Amino acid sequence: MTDRILTTRMEAHPEDSNTIERFEATEGYGTLRKALSEMTPDQILEEVKAANLRGRGGAGFPAGVKWGFLAPTAPRYLVINGDESEPGTFKDRQLLERDPHQLIEGIILSSFALGVNQAFIYIRGEYPRPARRVQRAVDEAYAAGYLGGDILGSGFSLDITVHLGGGAYICGEETALLNSLEGRRGEPRLKPPFPAVEGLYAKPTIVNNVETISNIPWIVANGGAAYDAIGPEGSRGTRLFSLSGHVERPGNYEVVMGMSWRDMIYDIGGGIRDGKDLKCWIPGGASAPWFLPEVLDEPVTLDDTGRLGSMLGSGAVIVMDETTNVVAAALSVVRFFSHESCGQCTPCREGTTWLQRILERIVSGNGRPADLDLLLDVCDNISPGLRWPPAQTTICPLGPSAVSPITSIMTHFRPEVEAMIRQGAPAGV
Amino acid sequence: MTWSQETLSRAEEILGRYPERRSAVMPLLYLAMREEGGLTTDGMRQVAEYTGLTPVQVESVASFYTMYKDAGVGKYVVSVCTSISCHLLGGDDVLAAIADEADLAPGEIDGDGVLFVERAECIGACGGAPAVQVNYELVEGVEPDAGRRLCRWLIDDQPSVVGSDAMQAEFGGQRSFEWGPGESEGAAGPVPAFGPYGTAESVS
Repeated sequence: MTDRILTTRMEAHPEDSNTIERFEATEGYGTLRKALSEMTPDQILEEVKAANLRGRGGAGFPAGVKWGFLAPTAPRYLVINGDESEPGTFKDRQLLERDPHQLIEGIILSSFALGVNQAFIYIRGEYPRPARRVQRAVDEAYAAGYLGGDILGSGFSLDITVHLGGGAYICGEETALLNSLEGRRGEPRLKPPFPAVEGLYAKPTIVNNVETISNIPWIVANGGAAYDAIGPEGSRGTRLFSLSGHVERPGNYEVVMGMSWRDMIYDIGGGIRDGKDLKCWIPGGASAPWFLPEVLDEPVTLDDTGRLGSMLGSGAVIVMDETTNVVAAALSVVRFFSHESCGQCTPCREGTTWLQRILERIVSGNGRPADLDLLLDVCDNISPGLRWPPAQTTICPLGPSAVSPITSIMTHFRPEVEAMIRQGAPAGV
Repeated sequence: MTWSQETLSRAEEILGRYPERRSAVMPLLYLAMREEGGLTTDGMRQVAEYTGLTPVQVESVASFYTMYKDAGVGKYVVSVCTSISCHLLGGDDVLAAIADEADLAPGEIDGDGVLFVERAECIGACGGAPAVQVNYELVEGVEPDAGRRLCRWLIDDQPSVVGSDAMQAEFGGQRSFEWGPGESEGAAGPVPAFGPYGTAESVS
């Protein structure tokens, strides 16, 4: 039973897993060589569809289905989303730095399947070290004939451009990313049209996450059915989880989904730091509603997490111990979304700002009893009904994401919020 | 002010990487910053000329993103993360310590134009919280005291190039993951160090 797909090489060869020499010595580009000479683009597409690989960027949309939507006109583009910025997430950084050729082989295979001759890797501006590693790998791949014209004598050509962002979380949203790549403000577009029909330069475009595409070489080498045999239904394959917060052993862990949250936090994460008790955790990045210990024995899958009113999102598990001031923690999350709101839609631009101000007032000891209802009222204006999955009054889901921490503390820790307001200013303020 | 011959040829090279000229706006803005130590009206006008946009369109793009900073931002932008995972592990204390050592409030630059301290949103180092970047070069597991030392080093030594690996060894702690082989390149100014943009320098 396979339990590692993405991190095998970097685990075995920490000293040089990023180089082309090591990549080629460990079967790298072998799949590409074989695929270009023995497979048709449609055969690769079918394997990816059969794998039931769900996107690893946050939305969990099946990659093969997305590929199936690509309009047949040329030119078409493949854009790799390496704008990793969801608080709690640092997995793509590791894949970019430690095994860039795995991603590049995935890009070439995907481009061949999709009829793409120009791909882009959009890396967030705050990731210069990963970008340098990726650019070096791209240069190596060109020099070795895996990129450029007539790759390995197949007649297929592909260019890859590495592009650095300018510091904006919203560019992780795929249509904002495309605007950014076109040299515009990173403002999300109204959908439809979806990028597969009208994407970069209004041409058919597939946008996939770094981790999603890093899985492609394995899927093409071993077959979609083999991938589909790993893990529970609806959550196939392995996944790179980022563990952070008050765990003993933070880090990225590649695991087969379906384990319990207890296993994730206590076995893999080594439990809570300093022998403290667990208070709550965020199961899928800052946008996700928080979980309490009562669901510790529920399985870690996309569908179960959704059923329980949250999401696996980008695979970021943020753990909080019993000493955590949840109002201050919620403020940190809300401040993030307020800072990162692009400003196009009123409910998000104004709502996140107001949520931040109200929370700041409560944390600084100047909260008012009416703030409890006011917080929920502002949230309800951003995402009416406060239900899950959230209703949206905005072009993209950023606004509703800022609602998650508020509904979480108001549902699970309301007495703590009330006590903070009652106590007023802490001593010395 | 006109760009140096080297910058001009690099701009041409960058334009060649995209199917449409407009896409080069963001890389060229970094080039402009590298050329003048920060973004100026003149620099944006140059970028407009190269991409076929109006200066206002270029400024509209630049103002959307946090990393295109005005000239006068100083030699070192010190970004301290206080997003959720860093917040939980004391990022706010690190920010306070660095701000105190530099005698600056977040968002301020010191009188000598050396240091600019900012509160940053998530920089993707959550497993190595609390995390700090200097000119976007990452240091993970920075405790408040180490943050003070980092700050003093920048002010007193004013290194010409800063790189992640060297700073991590000197001031860092817990990392998000094993970084793998060391990197010899770093940043010589408040712009991400990336070869194709001509902004990566060897760390001495």
